[in-house]
Amino acid sequence: MQTIDLEANGLRALNEQLHAQAADTNQTAWEIVNARGSHAIAVGLDAPIEVTVKGSTGYYCGGMNKQATINVHGSAGPGVGENMMSGTIVVDGDASQYAGATGHGGLLVIKGNASSRCGISMKGIDIVVHGNIGHMSAFMAQSGNLVVLGDAGDALGDSCYEARLFVRGKVKSLGADCEEKEMRPEHIEILKDLLERAGADAKPEEFTRYGSARNLYNFDVDNASAY
Amino acid sequence: MCGIVGLFLKDKSLEPKLGEMLTDMLVTMTDRGPDSAGIAIYGNGSDEGAKITVQSDNADQDFASIGDELGHAIGANVKAERNDTHAVLSMPADKIAHAREILSEIRPNVRVMSAGSSLEIYKEVGLPKDVAARFHVEKMSGTHGIGHTRMATESAVTTMGAHPFNTGSDQCLVHNGSLSNHNSLRRKLRRNGILIQTENDTEVGAAYLTWKMQNGATLGEALESSLDDLDGFFTFVVGTKDGFGVVRDPIACKPAVMAETDQYVAFGSEYRALVNLPGIETARVWEPEPATVYFWSHSDDPTKIEKAA
Repeated sequence: MQTIDLEANGLRALNEQLHAQAADTNQTAWEIVNARGSHAIAVGLDAPIEVTVKGSTGYYCGGMNKQATINVHGSAGPGVGENMMSGTIVVDGDASQYAGATGHGGLLVIKGNASSRCGISMKGIDIVVHGNIGHMSAFMAQSGNLVVLGDAGDALGDSCYEARLFVRGKVKSLGADCEEKEMRPEHIEILKDLLERAGADAKPEEFTRYGSARNLYNFDVDNASAY
Repeated sequence: MCGIVGLFLKDKSLEPKLGEMLTDMLVTMTDRGPDSAGIAIYGNGSDEGAKITVQSDNADQDFASIGDELGHAIGANVKAERNDTHAVLSMPADKIAHAREILSEIRPNVRVMSAGSSLEIYKEVGLPKDVAARFHVEKMSGTHGIGHTRMATESAVTTMGAHPFNTGSDQCLVHNGSLSNHNSLRRKLRRNGILIQTENDTEVGAAYLTWKMQNGATLGEALESSLDDLDGFFTFVVGTKDGFGVVRDPIACKPAVMAETDQYVAFGSEYRALVNLPGIETARVWEPEPATVYFWSHSDDPTKIEKAA
């Protein structure tokens, strides 16, 4: 286990060290102490290493992640896992705005609540939120799965494309062109796998699926007010 | 951008350290706002009853005999205490309005930063650590305070463009965001006789609240109606004599984090601002909801200002 004191070493030295790890590195376990809400912790990683951050993080923790597993023992600021490509990020506490925004792949788990714009423009990432999510989540979501064990705020899935949105609790309102969908056996399978990998104690059958009504895919003058 | 910090103390034993804690929080928010900084501090009430905080770019000359001259003109004892470019003028509460009139005549270049019984506002252009140091903010005590670090977007970097803005007696406003309908609203408020001195968008927000309250709204009601009448992005923190309030626009893209323990309620634009507070590891930490007005008050019997929230 390599332990790095972020306050003593500085952010650039930390990220350079993590970036220097090759695919076959022997140093697979890293611990970051004194995170103190700093920005851009462990961004741009590209190696199968496991990084544990002690404490809460600021903007963009784990952004652009590939392969790495990042555990945040605290809450995460805005943009956690933004544009991540693969790997896993697990936040023990809450996540601020736009968690997992534009993510292409990998798994982002928020054990607390996520606030507004969770999964905005997601492009293949899987996001599992144990608590609630805020307004405008999955706005323009293109693909991937957003799983919410609690409730969703206003305008869920506004203008979404082919992402699957699963919510166990209440949805305050659906956004433009987002509708409730049928839960088919393949969705139960997807959900079962995601819940298991995210350590979530919930039954797939308790969820409702939402997705695109596909009315905004092609321009129709009658839909002008919905754009 | 801009950074906001706020600290409301529940534990009286922390009151002597209010300035020190706020300064630390403020300096942490330097990279959100390195242009200018300001602080509103709610300290002990003035012995005389009320006080006006004033600022001058030519303090040596303007403040030399300001207390005596003002006292003579309004027929009351005025105590003047200079603090760098600012001075606190203490006087009986019923003399405040008259004193402001006289000040504009005898010291036309002196700007009023705040008026009230316990509020003092200090703000200047410069790095937050330098602004805090020049006013010795770390030595100030009080029950609650609000700080702001500014990165200007809508108007010039000047003392008068810095936050906090005084909205009414013992009330102030700080803002992170930008208002897009401030020009039309400024014209409307000026037609209604409200004094607006700069091209700054937040000053219009502050003037809007003042105008609403002059027309009978409580602060809570004024904040509620700001959600309809102000166009743009905002996280507002408002200070009152007994506490502070928070409101974010419905889109809520400007960040806000709050923390509460048995000892305090704290606000920060980012969690970084809160990390040195005592017991933060076990504090309840959350994000205030959009389009929701929050208030914390020292008063067990809230005034009608706070009750509305």
